[in-house]
Amino acid sequence: MTIDINPLVIFFASILTSNMILSNFLGMCSYVSISGEYKTASSLGKSVTLVMVFTTALNYWVYKLVIVPLGLAYLQYVLFIMIIAASVQIIEMAMDRLLPDLHVKLGIFLPLITVNCAILGTSLFMVIRDYNFVQSLLFGLGSGLGWWLAISALAAIREKMGKTKVPRGLEGPGIAFIITGIMALAFIGFSGIFTIT
Amino acid sequence: MTEKINEVISRNVWKDNQVLRQILGICSSLAVTNLMINSLVMGVGLTFVTAFSSLTISLLRNAIPHRIRMIVQTLIIAAYVILVDIYLKANMVDISKALGPYVGLIITNCIIMGRAEAYAQKNPPLISMLDGFFAGIGYTVVLLIIALFRELLGFGTVFGFDVNFFEFETWTIMVMPPAAFFLIGTLIWVTSNIFDSGKDKNLK
Repeated sequence: MTIDINPLVIFFASILTSNMILSNFLGMCSYVSISGEYKTASSLGKSVTLVMVFTTALNYWVYKLVIVPLGLAYLQYVLFIMIIAASVQIIEMAMDRLLPDLHVKLGIFLPLITVNCAILGTSLFMVIRDYNFVQSLLFGLGSGLGWWLAISALAAIREKMGKTKVPRGLEGPGIAFIITGIMALAFIGFSGIFTIT
Repeated sequence: MTEKINEVISRNVWKDNQVLRQILGICSSLAVTNLMINSLVMGVGLTFVTAFSSLTISLLRNAIPHRIRMIVQTLIIAAYVILVDIYLKANMVDISKALGPYVGLIITNCIIMGRAEAYAQKNPPLISMLDGFFAGIGYTVVLLIIALFRELLGFGTVFGFDVNFFEFETWTIMVMPPAAFFLIGTLIWVTSNIFDSGKDKNLK
């Protein structure tokens, strides 16, 4: 199927043309609720990128070495979500030990990331599109960076708009969706440079 | 019973609609709304999962140790999602392909976890099941409204039937992602105007 796509194409496409938020709508819950402040949003983006690379790599081997040989395709969701939950825990503990400064900054977001749809979505897309290991790794990295880019951009715009008068009722999440819509419109400009489906 | 059934219905479908008022479960609600039939299947699937996982979690609410409840809840939800996924793969092959990973992503849909944490954890089984069921119905209604606009303007069809009587030019933008963001933003605007203007009158 898609086995011969250049991994670098996948990497750039998952940042720009197939952005997790702007064209696949994944990870919207935390995207809308934690985009009020640029600093926080950017930290969340970093943690998502980290967890995404880690879990995509891990889930790839779980899929190839456990799920396929044993014919456990129907348990795929359970295994993936458990791997994600477990690796978030491990990353949190390791970070606490090795990089305490970073842990103070990112620590509060890590538990939230377990239920971020973008993480599970990346693993599921990887399986559906039949990527090999290098492709999966770059796909995870690219998707994470794309998510980071989108949430930082939204947070920066919302911070700039802080004092602007927004119609009543559209304040908060409402305007966040309209901004995201315009951002998605802008990102359509990239389409055609790279294509993965 | 702690809450009357009609209160559960009006709270979940209208007053505290999960998508428009609580801003939960947005991921999947936007991705599948380019066609009405996809939205309907997704809504029914989610309603089934929410209702039964609320029932199960409520039945087990005294048996699940508090500290590990999140992972237990996730596993219960995942079990029901697998049932839905297998059913769709066996009986509705085309729709299952169109929905792709979004069926699996019901697991991380915040609505189900939200209902489990906020309601099923503390209430008896039957009413929890109804609460989950009507939260799912509220989600389905919003999905169908968004999908109605996107399919009608984007393809000129409703549920696949051609209703383009005036031969208007279909709007390609409605099929693409930005339109979903604009539509949900507008819907949130409309609903919060309805509710919040009522609140202001009460204050005065």
